[in-house]
Amino acid sequence: MTAGLEPPTSARRHRPVLAAMLSVVPGVGQIYNRRFIKGALFLALAAAAGNLLSDFLATGYWGIYTLGETPMDDDSRSLLAQGILAVIVTAFLLMFYVYNFIDAYRDGRKLRDGFRIPSVRENFHHAWDKGFPYYMVLPGFFILAFVVIFPLLFMICLAFTNYNLYNSPPAKLLDWVGFDNFRALITDELWRKSLLSVLSWTVVWTFVATTLQIGVALFLAVLVNDPRVKFKRLIRTVFILPWAVPSFVTILIFAAMFNDTFGAVNRELLAPFGVQIPWMSDPTWAKITIILIQVWLGFPFVFALFSGVLQSISSEWYEAAEVDGGSRWDKFRHITFPHVMYATAPLLIMQYSGNFNNFNIIYLFNEGGPPVRNQNAGGTDILISWVYKLTFESNNYKMAAAISIIMGLIVAIFAFFQFRRSRSFREEGLY
Amino acid sequence: MKKSAKNRIELALIYLVVLFVFAVIAYPLLWTLSISLNPGTSLFSTSLIPDKLSTEHYEWLFTDPRSDYLLWYKNTLLVAAVTSAASVIVVSFVAFAFSRYEFVGRRHGIYAFLLLQMFPVLMGMVAIYLLLNIVGLLDSLWGLVLIYLGGGLPMNAFLVKGYLDTIPRDLDESAKIDGAGHFRIFFNILVPLAKPILAVVALFNFMAPFMDFLLPRIILRSPEKFTLALGLFNFINDKFANNFTRFAAGSILIAVPIAAVFLFLQRYLITGLTEGATKG
Repeated sequence: MTAGLEPPTSARRHRPVLAAMLSVVPGVGQIYNRRFIKGALFLALAAAAGNLLSDFLATGYWGIYTLGETPMDDDSRSLLAQGILAVIVTAFLLMFYVYNFIDAYRDGRKLRDGFRIPSVRENFHHAWDKGFPYYMVLPGFFILAFVVIFPLLFMICLAFTNYNLYNSPPAKLLDWVGFDNFRALITDELWRKSLLSVLSWTVVWTFVATTLQIGVALFLAVLVNDPRVKFKRLIRTVFILPWAVPSFVTILIFAAMFNDTFGAVNRELLAPFGVQIPWMSDPTWAKITIILIQVWLGFPFVFALFSGVLQSISSEWYEAAEVDGGSRWDKFRHITFPHVMYATAPLLIMQYSGNFNNFNIIYLFNEGGPPVRNQNAGGTDILISWVYKLTFESNNYKMAAAISIIMGLIVAIFAFFQFRRSRSFREEGLY
Repeated sequence: MKKSAKNRIELALIYLVVLFVFAVIAYPLLWTLSISLNPGTSLFSTSLIPDKLSTEHYEWLFTDPRSDYLLWYKNTLLVAAVTSAASVIVVSFVAFAFSRYEFVGRRHGIYAFLLLQMFPVLMGMVAIYLLLNIVGLLDSLWGLVLIYLGGGLPMNAFLVKGYLDTIPRDLDESAKIDGAGHFRIFFNILVPLAKPILAVVALFNFMAPFMDFLLPRIILRSPEKFTLALGLFNFINDKFANNFTRFAAGSILIAVPIAAVFLFLQRYLITGLTEGATKG
């Protein structure tokens, strides 16, 4: 225990590289650095990890490699889950291990250069101060790992197995099948046709519905913002109503209203003209109807955003334009439009990604229907509703997972471009 | 003279458009209201203007022993309150760290959050189902809370971070010089200034369980644990035309309070969102 009181001359002979090397066993290097409490803590942590986790990790790796050996006893799904957890835990342990080397080396250098060994109290204070941002992020990160990251990894793994209704644990074992499922998506006639039609409709849906929604909102916002219009508050409040009513309620109500046989639209609105439109049973009509409903549901939010921005544009801009003899269209194109877009662009992009994943309207309106011959996706199914149906209705987990990965790739490409344009990203440099 | 005529026609056209939109918005809403007040449970016999009004469906929801409506209301309120409170805490911590501290892994952390924000929780639904099953949280309201919390986290964290970035750093730096600790800076300086966006986060997370039916459908099994959205969906999913009037009545009872809160707070919401977004 007298080690800590030794004169600095001996400290000069202290070798940080040796400290780092001793840390092959976590903690020993720290003890060599005369940081006894820290060393003991590291040692204890390492011993605990070795003792408690080695079984868990071994089973995990065995499980993720073999996916089980005896049917009924081994549930491939749990083994896969444990395997993924084992990989995550290993990653954390490795991070700790690397940190342990760096820490021993740093402390060793400090000791050699004659820094005083900080007291336990100071150490605690230091750990609190420097670690503070990590403590703040940690709870959120754990929840995220459990709820988002882990399921995504699990889903990616499933895409490379043969998990479906006929081959499902615990009665049967799963096997790794490589890229077979993706191959089937491209080569199998049924899957290829379904994938192409769903993919193209998803793109059309996202683009048309969202753009229309924004267009209608912009048109109405500019209209209502006209200085001659009275009762602005009342008009705005009514226009926002569709946003305020829970969308699952309105979608189900629309579904009933557009019902081919007893819906109010055919029975009350169109009956006087002698027209009956197959809103739900004809794929094209169903698509048009869904887009119209989405415009009804989605324009109020954008309208509210635009109205807020419009009110904040200074009237001096318009007065200056009038002096220059600008027409109404000029004013809109050069003043209103750029202002509105600049202020709301990120939120508008979110509208697009929201519609890409808009499961609710597709599923609640018609469950993705009507059915289409020669494909196993409904006429209005977008990727996410198709995945849902494959998962929970036909239990074809492997294909659902493979399609999810394709979806993920699309989202990632989209995200990549958004990153590059996002202002918050460029502003990172400021701090 | 000519100009004012043109003026009047324009104005008339504008009002015409506004009235048309009014009608389009009101029609489905009024239709629902009238159905909920129609006697009888069949959709076939209803008409837009009922012959006689009746509140039997509302009474059924509250008094009939076969109705779980109040129970669902209680479940939903519980899930909503816990989700909302927990996410405000967790989200503001994360946003605080990302906005105010320089630390190893910060940049990657922000990337990760940005990327994860784009993936819907739904993509991992098989895994979520199995995972909750393993840890025994399937068919439990706590499992639902956990998923809501995690699923909304990246996006909410971004909103709040964007907002915090707009608050001048001089404020907390001068407090730091005066000797304020991390938590003091956070609770006494940043939280009061970030109230608008925290309110937005709280409200969004409170509303989500009232509006979402998909996650409850995956996670919850027993009818006494249903949330409102799921319970109401099952009203019409089981026997379509038969329960529609009850569904309408139940929906009105959800829609009215939510719409009231939205309309009351919309100005606040919009400012919070645009300020967070233009910076974020």
